[in-house]
Amino acid sequence: MLAQQIVNAISLGSVYALFALGFTLVFGILGVINLSHGGIFMLGAYAALLLVTWFDLSLWIALPAAMVFSGLVGLLIDVLILKRLRQRGAPHLMPMIATIGAAILMTSLAQGVFGSEARRFPMEWFNDETLKLGTITIPLLQAGITSLALVLMVLMMWVLKRTRLGQALRAIAESPRSAALLGIPVERLFHLTSFIAAALGGTAGILIGLSFNAITPFMGQPMLHKGIAAIILGGLGDVRGAVLGGLFLGITEVFAVTFLSSEYRDALSFGLLFLMLLWRPQGLFGASATRSA
Amino acid sequence: MRIQTLSPIVALLSVLLIPLVSHAGDIRIGLTEALTGPASQYGVPIQNGFLLARDEINAKGGVNGDKIVLIEEDERGKKEEAINVYKKLIFQDKVLMIFGPTLSNSMFAAGPIANLAKVVAFGTSNTASGITDIGPYIFRSSPMEADVVPVTLRTAIKHLNIHKVGIIYGNDDAFTKSGYDVFRKSLEELHIPVVDTETYAKGDVDFKAQLTKLKAANPDAIICPCLSEEGANILLQSRALGIKQSFIGGNGFNSPKLVEIAKAAAEGTIVGSPWFDGNPSVQNQHFIAAYRKKYGTDPNQFSAQGYDALFIVAEALKKIKLTGQLEQDRQALRDVLPHIQIDGATGKFAFRPAPEHAIKPGGYDANQTPFVYIVKNGKFVLLK
Repeated sequence: MLAQQIVNAISLGSVYALFALGFTLVFGILGVINLSHGGIFMLGAYAALLLVTWFDLSLWIALPAAMVFSGLVGLLIDVLILKRLRQRGAPHLMPMIATIGAAILMTSLAQGVFGSEARRFPMEWFNDETLKLGTITIPLLQAGITSLALVLMVLMMWVLKRTRLGQALRAIAESPRSAALLGIPVERLFHLTSFIAAALGGTAGILIGLSFNAITPFMGQPMLHKGIAAIILGGLGDVRGAVLGGLFLGITEVFAVTFLSSEYRDALSFGLLFLMLLWRPQGLFGASATRSA
Repeated sequence: MRIQTLSPIVALLSVLLIPLVSHAGDIRIGLTEALTGPASQYGVPIQNGFLLARDEINAKGGVNGDKIVLIEEDERGKKEEAINVYKKLIFQDKVLMIFGPTLSNSMFAAGPIANLAKVVAFGTSNTASGITDIGPYIFRSSPMEADVVPVTLRTAIKHLNIHKVGIIYGNDDAFTKSGYDVFRKSLEELHIPVVDTETYAKGDVDFKAQLTKLKAANPDAIICPCLSEEGANILLQSRALGIKQSFIGGNGFNSPKLVEIAKAAAEGTIVGSPWFDGNPSVQNQHFIAAYRKKYGTDPNQFSAQGYDALFIVAEALKKIKLTGQLEQDRQALRDVLPHIQIDGATGKFAFRPAPEHAIKPGGYDANQTPFVYIVKNGKFVLLK
């Protein structure tokens, strides 16, 4: 049973990690807590579902298409909302509140179009296949989610550390004003970051929709809470931190159920989060309380 | 300036229009359900059931020649909104009575307003205990979980040879928590021990940690007073983890969605319900066919209860003579309603007075025998 619970813990943690990746990226570069990330997560899942069920596309086409779609939604939010607030030099709380509005809009829209019932991908998809190792069951899709979260983490760390794009992004994270003076196209990179972050959020939505069979207009909200916890735990704006914070959260939750009781799961995992922050207010990887990519 | 010169004309026009919209022979009844928000998955089917019944009744000439007019409002599944809508319907629209709201919580909030104003408030989906304690003007056609669960459990035990059970439920939701309490009490009365109890929170999608623990406890059956979305997910993940036991669900399991989403994983699931789509009675088969024709989807328990509720009231209205004196008519309806019996889509229906807990008189609960069924080959089959 313990071995199975470890598998459960890692697979749950990877889900949180995948969601937290895009979330932390926006904070790291734009300095904005984008609370519409849950909405984008949800729209990504619906976009893939529609492409698969209405247009009869294969998942291999639907997945990238839905990723691009989510990215475009993120871009739209950046252009329509965040850019305007940036130009006016709005204080930090404003974009946060504005993105809550965007999230509510997306949820209501999805509800109006699709209704509030839970939907799922058609059964023929590979979500039922499991890997059996003795008494342990590992759903294949979950193994895929775990690997994807780790691959994306490494890829993004590499881009940020080793490429010119990464250098530019880190310069912006340090100070958008000085980056602009150095000739870095700050606005364009803000758009790019929003696009990538949203595409990642949408991907998380699709994969979670696939493996848990519950696509609803409201699926983003609980994930957002866990995502915020994960990135605060890992250190705001840090890519490694988002993944490890997500994994840590998943592991505490599952172990709370295993060794204590599911009744106290959230109390225990969020209690630990609180203790952790008393010890390291900047989170696991946060260099300081300020943002960093 | 233009607007100012126009406004008297607009006022005049609207005065002229009112008689066109509602003429003397109309019976105005309020219908308030959650049409948006998470509770709309119950509210919309309920409203559909009502509208179907209204059309059928009016197509046959209405009640004693009067047409039924439903004043539809969206209470969005929120207490505050239900209160606002109730006030509007009672004092502004001056309706004869009100159907809804969808959730028990909302009825607890809005019901007292109707009771004070001496207007019948009729819930078709409120299953929490204590609803009808609000007062003598509160009616409901939805049996309480406390009525359904003991019947479900006794039938399940008889068929499955159950000696010990495990439970999984959502402990942060009034509906699933009260379902759990009812199961727990009923299990105690039947002397069935609970070997493991697991909980989850609203919005959870991964239940594997809890299910792994339940599997290790090895119960004869797993009780899941969950909503159908979570329920379907729990079933799928259980089967993936190799759990073979049957699940026993509460009211929330009682939805075609469960089998539609969980497919083969739902096999052997046992549910108790006031409505059964396979019930061969003429009324039920007519209801299902008419609903499919009008809406293009299958009805569920909630639409059946809404549909029947309007026929219950229509039956009551046949027995009274409306005078046009609102207060008098409201009281007349209240006095005749408790004695109405019909044979509807949900089977035989009658009211029974709420048990008296305090000195003040209560309203009326549903007196109905639930159906218990099991999922076999992807279909709900009656268990006897």
